[in-house]
Amino acid sequence: MFNLSVSDEQKALRDLARRFTQTEIVPIAAEADRMEEYPWELVEKAHAIGLTNIIVPEEYGGGGLGYFEDCLVAEEIAAGCAGIYSSFAASTLGLTPLNVAATPEQMERFMKPFCAEPALAAFCLTEPGAGSDIASVRTRARRDGDFYVLNGTKRFVTNGGVAELYTVTATVDPSLRHRGLVLLVVPSHLPGVSVGKKEDKMGQRAASTREVIFEDVWVPLENRLGDDREGFRLVMETLDKIRAEVAAAAVGVARAAMEAAVKYAKEREQFGQPIISLQGIQFMLADMAIKVEAARLLVWQAAWMADQGLRNSYQSAIAKCFAAESAMKITTDAVQIFGGYGYTKEYPVEKYMRDAKLLQIYEGTSEIQRVVISRGLLHEYRAI
Amino acid sequence: MNIVICVKQVPDTETKIKVKDGQVDHTETKYVVNPYDEYAIEEGLRIKERLGEGKISLITMGPQRAKDALKSGLAVGADEAIHLVDEAFEGSDPYATALILCKALEKMDYDIIFCGKQGVDEDHAQVGIALAELLDVPHVSVVTRLEIAEDEKSAVAHREVESGHEVVDTPLPAVITAQKGLNEPRYASIKGIMAVKKKVIPEWNADDVGVDRDKVGLETAKIKFVEVALPTERTAGKVFDEDPAQDAIKVAHLLRDEAKIL
Repeated sequence: MFNLSVSDEQKALRDLARRFTQTEIVPIAAEADRMEEYPWELVEKAHAIGLTNIIVPEEYGGGGLGYFEDCLVAEEIAAGCAGIYSSFAASTLGLTPLNVAATPEQMERFMKPFCAEPALAAFCLTEPGAGSDIASVRTRARRDGDFYVLNGTKRFVTNGGVAELYTVTATVDPSLRHRGLVLLVVPSHLPGVSVGKKEDKMGQRAASTREVIFEDVWVPLENRLGDDREGFRLVMETLDKIRAEVAAAAVGVARAAMEAAVKYAKEREQFGQPIISLQGIQFMLADMAIKVEAARLLVWQAAWMADQGLRNSYQSAIAKCFAAESAMKITTDAVQIFGGYGYTKEYPVEKYMRDAKLLQIYEGTSEIQRVVISRGLLHEYRAI
Repeated sequence: MNIVICVKQVPDTETKIKVKDGQVDHTETKYVVNPYDEYAIEEGLRIKERLGEGKISLITMGPQRAKDALKSGLAVGADEAIHLVDEAFEGSDPYATALILCKALEKMDYDIIFCGKQGVDEDHAQVGIALAELLDVPHVSVVTRLEIAEDEKSAVAHREVESGHEVVDTPLPAVITAQKGLNEPRYASIKGIMAVKKKVIPEWNADDVGVDRDKVGLETAKIKFVEVALPTERTAGKVFDEDPAQDAIKVAHLLRDEAKIL
């Protein structure tokens, strides 16, 4: 039953995402990067045709599609601009805990109104002192009657300040480490929610990344996802689910860099011939193709597993690690092929290179992915 | 209002054209909806939205792969699609194509018919006009603006002509051929794409359409392809980059003696 063909609908979906990217994103990507401005009208346009909230069930106003389709779209959008992609993706990430653990009542209350209008969500996990070590979260959720009183600062929140809905990881008692975590849905209009400094980033500058501060925010108990102290498991499951999508975005960035490099190598003449006829350049391009194709297959495998309801931590970690590192290598080589021109902002490859670096860091660094992979290798690995 | 839109599947304009054995080699061609037909579809959608009622039917004549063009149109919001497909239709010239479309349209209800102003493959720009003649309805071609009268019995169409534009008042039904600028075609939506899966696209063959197989197709074509060739490749230009004064003299000589244009 092995089959790698995509259906007519999936092809049409990919074509739509590609057309949207080429028409709406590519022309503004350089400017959005330079100005560090998030193009809000893109959210409206994408929402109008259903390119946002793809994985939310149809009954709550989403696309009702799978992680595989989500990955097809992610590759296209990221090929246009990784920063704009990240804003879309951070929204999907923010909604994923609801998809994973919300009750029908919570879906009705949060998801339906959210999906009805153009809007962004955000996932608040990282803190000044907690990144890869999730269990060291210090944001407190003190129980008071039917409320949690939320206090703490979240850092590097993509869509911080522009999101309507935050899903926030907090602890009822830091000494309990991962057993003390809860996951709360916090609408951004609740009193006590504010934003801190905006990060001046190296790449992916179109995405708004900033601190989000919670000061005595009274969050109703019915906004908690899952059971008390179930936060750690939900965060892990959320990250597992979304990891393939980030890997797909890395394939998109890598593909864009590769295509730009091939085009340039055909046009650029040195020693009386286009540089693509030099074997040194050909081999660099061939290495790019090897990585792009291999990474995409890893992405498709991980996404397919997620859609089958199979646990894919091991496969998605391999996909994310390989795709992100491939994107870094490919974009760096693309700059090399462009030579001096590649180092200027006149051509898009320097942006690809800056954008790619973050792919190795966010949503689990390459090192954390290797931790997941080696754990899988030690405890679960079976030869197929 | 019954709106019928004739669409054609054409090679993507980005496709690299190759010639093999005296014919265009389409083995690696990617096909898309003819861009002018996208304006036609969009105009149909806008009329329906403006009137608050109506039915948009797409129709295409072409091989099996042409069904994808109909699916694309359904994904942006057309209500139904009909596929005219028969081996006998293959190789039809613009006249025969118009004849087949005419026969099919005689079986349908229409208040207005849209076509793209031309297909971007062979660029005949004839089918829409021939179709109007065969149906014995008026046509306005190369339309950039269209207003339907309130009673839906007539329309005012603006069309491009040399160094200006004409404003034409036409009774309906009529055939309108769409030019770039008529509107900005919308994107398909994900909901639209997914809904296509549930739609059945009926296939009509020569018998269903009621057309004589001997009167259409390659054999009867009034237009014959004599030869297909790629444009000759442009040779590299000459560069003069030494002394400007001397170069100018050289160039003048070459223009007179070699290019013979002075």
